[in-house]
Amino acid sequence: MNLKNAVILILLICLTVTGAVAGFKGLEVGNVKIKPIKDMMQLGLDLKGGVYVVLEAETDATGNDLDKIMNQTKEVLERRIDAMGLTQPNVNREGDKRIRVELPGVSDSNEAIKAIGKTAQLQFVDKEGKVILTGNDVKNAELMFQTDKGNLPVVSLEFKSEGTEKFREATKEAAINKDPIIIVLDNAVISAPRVNSEIPNGKAIIEGDFTREEAANLAALIRGGALPVELKEVQSSVIGPTLGLDSLNQSVKAALFGIIGVFIFMLIVYRLPGLIANLALVIYILVVLWSLIGFNAVLTLPGIAGLILSIGMAVDANVIIFERIKEEIRNGKSIRAAISSGFSRAFKTILDSNITTLIAGVVLYQFGSGPIKGFAVTLMLGIVASMITALGVTRLVLNIAANSKGLNNPKFYGA
Amino acid sequence: MKVIEKSKVWFGLSTAIIVLGLIMGMISGFNLGIDFTGGTMMQIHMGKTVPVDEIKDTIKEFELDADVIHAGTNKEEIILKTKKDLNSESRQEVFNKIKETYNLKDEDFRQAEQFGPSIGKEIQSKAIQSILIASVLMLIYISFRFEFKFGVAAILTLIHDILVVLALFAIFKIPINNSFVAAMLTIVGYSINDTIVVFDRIRENIRFLKKKNYGLLVNESISQTIVRSINTSVTTLMTITFLYILGVESIKEFALPLVLGVGVGTYSSIFIASPIWVMWKNYEVRKKGYGGR
Repeated sequence: MNLKNAVILILLICLTVTGAVAGFKGLEVGNVKIKPIKDMMQLGLDLKGGVYVVLEAETDATGNDLDKIMNQTKEVLERRIDAMGLTQPNVNREGDKRIRVELPGVSDSNEAIKAIGKTAQLQFVDKEGKVILTGNDVKNAELMFQTDKGNLPVVSLEFKSEGTEKFREATKEAAINKDPIIIVLDNAVISAPRVNSEIPNGKAIIEGDFTREEAANLAALIRGGALPVELKEVQSSVIGPTLGLDSLNQSVKAALFGIIGVFIFMLIVYRLPGLIANLALVIYILVVLWSLIGFNAVLTLPGIAGLILSIGMAVDANVIIFERIKEEIRNGKSIRAAISSGFSRAFKTILDSNITTLIAGVVLYQFGSGPIKGFAVTLMLGIVASMITALGVTRLVLNIAANSKGLNNPKFYGA
Repeated sequence: MKVIEKSKVWFGLSTAIIVLGLIMGMISGFNLGIDFTGGTMMQIHMGKTVPVDEIKDTIKEFELDADVIHAGTNKEEIILKTKKDLNSESRQEVFNKIKETYNLKDEDFRQAEQFGPSIGKEIQSKAIQSILIASVLMLIYISFRFEFKFGVAAILTLIHDILVVLALFAIFKIPINNSFVAAMLTIVGYSINDTIVVFDRIRENIRFLKKKNYGLLVNESISQTIVRSINTSVTTLMTITFLYILGVESIKEFALPLVLGVGVGTYSSIFIASPIWVMWKNYEVRKKGYGGR
């Protein structure tokens, strides 16, 4: 082995080991701190627990109208969820009329789904039932405590300028006979305070028999605005945090066993090239995991299955190459010549077979939804990474081995 | 390898499985999961093995007509499945009843899933749509890189694989659900991948073709690639099998069709794809032979 090759080989191995250790335990060099892969990977709801719900808008609108309604709905939902103070919630449109809401870490699904799906039609009605103001006139709503009545939680409202004017007029009229103005939320009367005098500053208070939490939720609902359409729950899923953790641990364990099994198999069947393939496989796994982090991809259970399947396909590329090389050696070529022609012949096969699989992956991504998409991402990434590592790393190291004395005995190649 | 000589055996075997599956499917129906039919699934940790009938009795008042099965390593969990479309409120009611009866905690409600009936139809039609689109695109690619006959043979093999796996699901009553669809599409990828490797060798060996003996050519090519086919299937099946053995319930659902699919995909690329291509080539030779002389 000449010096240059030895340096390349040692460098490659050092890099791989560092990468693997950094992935497992994290790494700290000076000011640069790399967290372990398991802490950086974004996990899907199925792996960390949480709630998702798909809501369908009950509307006959189409085209641009539908788009407008759906975007408004999405905004309102986002504001409401923000008010719940969750980490990394996700609100996405799915198809035409649906919105998928993902709430990681939420355990009380019932409450969460109720809170976000509520239409929250807030209305101020006069004694004849005429609507004076709606939630759309509200500028701000906040939780407050009425100090004079023993710290009762109430919701304070501030109206937009147009609302202020409407409210002033209505209170002026109502004040004459000390009539009530009725506050209605989702067709239920919340409170009906009597009006004693005209209120010109656009401020009101909703009293009710609220607990502190109820008042805070109500304020958030009103702040978020009314939903433009009724929403129906068409699909939902709740995954407890224990189950999520179990799934993750079990799949990681399965992956480890699978990989070790593959390592042993390759070593026994292909000897020296098998060892090289194993090195390439470690690099392959690191490349895929780090790219998933880089692309901000969310790892789901089907995603893990896709990863494990793609490991099988990464090995396939190596197997095709080694079988070719063996054939060339049996045909009487020298190790170096066999490696070179084996590679060029295998290249075409690997390219054609992987591109066809890639086509399937792209279609899967384009037409699948939710978990199927996650599966497609890892599969596509796996195919690309396997081609790079098999045709790059395996080739580089095999050439180095073939050029070194002592490593170019056909016996090492299983031929 | 004398694969071609026994073509009738392979075709017969596959046809038998597909026909049997179709008949079973027609008589007793496929075991469609709730994501296809619409319905609700709930998974609850019971802390001990509770007889299924006892649980059915507990939730009788809800008239769910639910399937109850045990899950978890020690059968300490139950999975309830009903075709009824329960929203989160009704699910909570059902859980509360079980919770009270068996003295459970809130966190024992481990998982719930609910699908409206329209979702299932959409998944179904999207799956069929994707397979069709993927097939057409792959046919174009293979026709471009190889020849049209290889492309058609590869796609026919693909359809064969999907039908065989579907038949196996019907015969063994394995539930068909969302992960099954993803797995099916993987089979599409894997089966093609495997077929292409064999076709690639045939394409390469065509220059040694003697007396238009396509059968011999294909037998030779298969012999040259069989070690690779077996080794690759072994490593792939090894990882998926570990997933099946160690995985949680939802992973198992996903791993099983993959195991079947990889197995069927490997078999078909040798015993179905190549014989189809040979049959077509031979037919062509015969036709030209009669016409020319």
